[in-house]
Amino acid sequence: MLEYFLPRASSFAGSIDHLFDLITYLVMFWFVLTMAFFFYVVFRFRAKPGQKAQYITGETHKQKQAVEIPHYLILLCDLAILFYTFKVWHEVKIDMPEYDEQVRVISQQWAWTFEHAGADGVLDTDDDIKLINELVLKKDTQYQYELQALDVMHSFSIPVFRLKQDAVPGRKIFGHFKPILEGEWDVQCAEMCGYGHGFMPARVKILAADEYYAWIAEHTPAHLKQDTAYANTESQLKEAPNNG
Amino acid sequence: MADTATATAGVDHHDDHGHHESFWSKYCFSTDHKIIGFQYLFTGMAMGLIGGFFSYVFRMHLAFPGSSIPFFGVVSPAAYNSLVTNHGTIMIFWVAMPVLIAALGNFLIPLMIGCDDMVFPKINRLSYQVFLLSAIVLIASFFVPQGGFGGAWTAYPPLSAESQYNGTPFGAPMWLIAVTLEIVAFLLGGINFITTVMNARAKGMKLYDIPMVVWMIVIASILFMASVGPLVAGAVMLLFDQTLGTGFFDPAAGGDPVMWQHLFWFFGHPEVYVVLLPAMGVVIEIICTFSRKKLFGYKMILYSSIGLGILSFFVWAHHQFISGVDPRATYLFTTTTLLISIPVAIMLFAMIGTLWGGSIRFTTPMLFALSFIAEFLIGGVTGIWLGSSGTDIYLHDTYFVLAHFHYTFVPIAIIGTFSAIYYWFPKMFGRHMNEFWGKIHFWGTVIPFNGIFLPLFVLGAAGQHRRIAGYTAYPDLYTENFQDLRVFATGSLIVLILFQIPFFVNFVVSLVRGRKAEANPWKANTLEWVAPSPPPHGNFGDNLPEVYRGPYEFSVEGREKDYWPQNEPETAK
Repeated sequence: MLEYFLPRASSFAGSIDHLFDLITYLVMFWFVLTMAFFFYVVFRFRAKPGQKAQYITGETHKQKQAVEIPHYLILLCDLAILFYTFKVWHEVKIDMPEYDEQVRVISQQWAWTFEHAGADGVLDTDDDIKLINELVLKKDTQYQYELQALDVMHSFSIPVFRLKQDAVPGRKIFGHFKPILEGEWDVQCAEMCGYGHGFMPARVKILAADEYYAWIAEHTPAHLKQDTAYANTESQLKEAPNNG
Repeated sequence: MADTATATAGVDHHDDHGHHESFWSKYCFSTDHKIIGFQYLFTGMAMGLIGGFFSYVFRMHLAFPGSSIPFFGVVSPAAYNSLVTNHGTIMIFWVAMPVLIAALGNFLIPLMIGCDDMVFPKINRLSYQVFLLSAIVLIASFFVPQGGFGGAWTAYPPLSAESQYNGTPFGAPMWLIAVTLEIVAFLLGGINFITTVMNARAKGMKLYDIPMVVWMIVIASILFMASVGPLVAGAVMLLFDQTLGTGFFDPAAGGDPVMWQHLFWFFGHPEVYVVLLPAMGVVIEIICTFSRKKLFGYKMILYSSIGLGILSFFVWAHHQFISGVDPRATYLFTTTTLLISIPVAIMLFAMIGTLWGGSIRFTTPMLFALSFIAEFLIGGVTGIWLGSSGTDIYLHDTYFVLAHFHYTFVPIAIIGTFSAIYYWFPKMFGRHMNEFWGKIHFWGTVIPFNGIFLPLFVLGAAGQHRRIAGYTAYPDLYTENFQDLRVFATGSLIVLILFQIPFFVNFVVSLVRGRKAEANPWKANTLEWVAPSPPPHGNFGDNLPEVYRGPYEFSVEGREKDYWPQNEPETAK
C-alpha cells in the first residue's frame, strides 16, 4: 500500500511494504469484524418499551469461551506478524551484506554532511567528495553508511528507502542500503534536534552508473585525476575494482 | 484483606458536619476529598484549554505556513517547537492525569467504597498543592527569557541537557522541575488511593465487590508508583546536567544519551496504561448502568488489567527500535508489544459482551462511553503496525505514530473524561446537565476528532515526520494533495474546539440552573448513589452504608426493579 505514496527506491523497501500489507490485511479483518459486531449489538439491544435486559454473568465456561476463542485466533495472527517482522528486521538492521561503496553521514544542528568516497572508493582520502545536504548514490550498488551526530540526537530518514536510523552523539552507527531506482527525493531529520529541526532538508540523488562516474569526475580535483589509474574512460571506470 | 474493614478512617478531623467554613478554608484549604477532586478537575480543565489553544496555533501554522495566526501571530520555529512540546506535556501530565486519576479518584473512591474521606486527608491536600505549584512553574516557564522548552515532551538529551543546543536556559530546567513536581503530587495521591481502598471499604465489601473504576484507579496508581522511580532519578540527573554541568547523558563526559530514553520510556509506556485504565473503568460503570446489564466477566477484566499492567513493564524499548539500542533487543520487545494486544482486546470484547442482551439507553454519558470503545479500537489496532519493528523502521516518528496515539489518548483523556463528567455531574453538583446540548456536544466532538486524525494516518503513511515546522522546505511533502489534508485536519480541529463552547456553557448554566438531581438519578447500584446529591461533608452522614452484593446486579431475574443497589439488604424486594 505504501508504494501508492512513495516509490520503492531501496532493495529492502519491498520487504517493509509487504510486512505493512500483511499487517493491514490481518488487522483490518479483525477491526471490521469487531466494529460490525459492536454496531450490530448496539443497534439490536437498544432499549425497547417493556423489554428487560438479560442477566448474563460472563463467568460460565461457555461464555468465557466466547471471549477466549477469538483470542486464540488473534494470537495466531500475532505470531504470523511476529515471524515476518523478525525476517524483515533481520534483513534491514541485523544482516550486513558485503558492500561496494561507503558513505559517511554526519548530522549536526542543522545540516547534513555527506562524505562520498570518491573515485578510489575509500573514505578519508584526498578525493573524498563532501557535500552539504546532498547525497549522491549509484543505482544497484550495495552501500554501507556510517552515521554520526556532532551535537544532539538526529535521525537519518529516507522515506523512499523506508530507512530510518537515529544518530547518537559519541557513536558511529553502521547500516546498509542498496538504491534500485533513479531519481531525486527528500532526506528528513526525524528526531527533534532544536530550533532548526524543521528546516534541515536534504536530497538524495540516485544516478545510473555512467552519470554517477561523470559526477565523480566532475567533482574530483584535477591533480587527483591524474593520479588515479582509472580516471578517463567510462568503460575503464566500470571495470575498476570497488572495495570498501 | 479483611472484608469487614471499618470505614471510619479520617473521621477525627471533621465530625462536625454542620459547621460553617469560610470560602477560603472550604474551597482552597479543604481536606474534603470531593473538594480536592473538584480542584483537580477545574485545574485540569483550565490546563486543557491552554493545551487545546497550543494545538490550534500549531495546526493553523501547518495549514497556512508563515501566515499570522489569529490570537497568536506568526509562529517562529522556536515557538513551534515549544508549542508542540508543551501541548504534549500539558495534555498528558496536566490534563489526563489530574482529571482521570486525581479528580475521579478523589471524588469517587470514598463515595464508591462507602467511607467518609480518604485515609490521609492532609496528604491529599498536599498532593493538590504540589500539583498546583507544578502547573504554575510550567506556565511561568513560557514567559522567561528565551521562552519555554522546545525539545519535545520526551526531552531527549543532549538537546534537553545543554542550553547551547536547546536555546532555552531557563525554560528547560523549569519544564523539568514542573514535571518532577507533578510526579511528586501523584505519588502522594497514589499512596492515598491504594491505602484507602485497601483499608476503608464499607462493611461487607469484599475485593470482588469493588466497582471496576475503583479497581482501575488502584491498579493505575500501583503501576505509576512502580514505574516512576527511574524517571525521577533520570530527571534529577538531567537537571544536574542542565544546571551543574554534570555529564550523565553527555558522551563527551562518559555519559550516555540513550540511557535517558530507557529511564524515560520505562515510565513512559506504563504511563499510557496509567491513564487508560481509569478511563476503561469509567466506561465500564457507564455501559453497565445504561444497558442495565451485569458486567460481563468481572474477574476476567480484573485479571486482564493486572496482566496488562505487568506486561506494560516489558515493552518500553518499542519506542527505541531505531534509536541505537542493540538491534537484537527488538526481538524481545516486538514480542511483548504484540502480546499486549491480547489483554486489551479481552477487555474491549468483555465490554461489548456486556452490551449483548442489554437494554441500551443512549444518554449523553452512554454515547461518549460507546464512542470510547469504537475510537479506542482504532487506536489499539494501529499500534500493531508500530509494535512490529519491521514496519516501525519506516513509520517511526511519522504522523502515523501521532495519529495512533491520539486515537488512544483522545478517547482516554477527552471522551472518557466527558462521559465521566456527564455521568457523575448530578452527583457532584446535585443538578443535571442539559441532555440536548450534551448530544450536540457529543457529535460535535466525535466527528471532527476523526476528521483531524484520519488524514494524519495518510500523511504518516506517506512518510511525513512529526515535529517539523517547515514542510515548505521539503519538495516531496509540500504538495497540493498533502496540503489539502493538512488544511482538512486543521479545519476539523477548529470545528471541534467550537463545539466545546456548548459544553462549557452547559456546564456553567447547569451548575446554577440545571434540573435538580435526586440521589440516584440513573438507577445505578454503586454506593456513591446512596449518598445525597451533592454529598455533604462526610458523605453518608451517620449511617455508613453496608454492602451485600457486587456492584453490577442489574436485571436480576425474579426482581421487580431492574437494579439492586449494593447496600440493599437481601430481604428487600
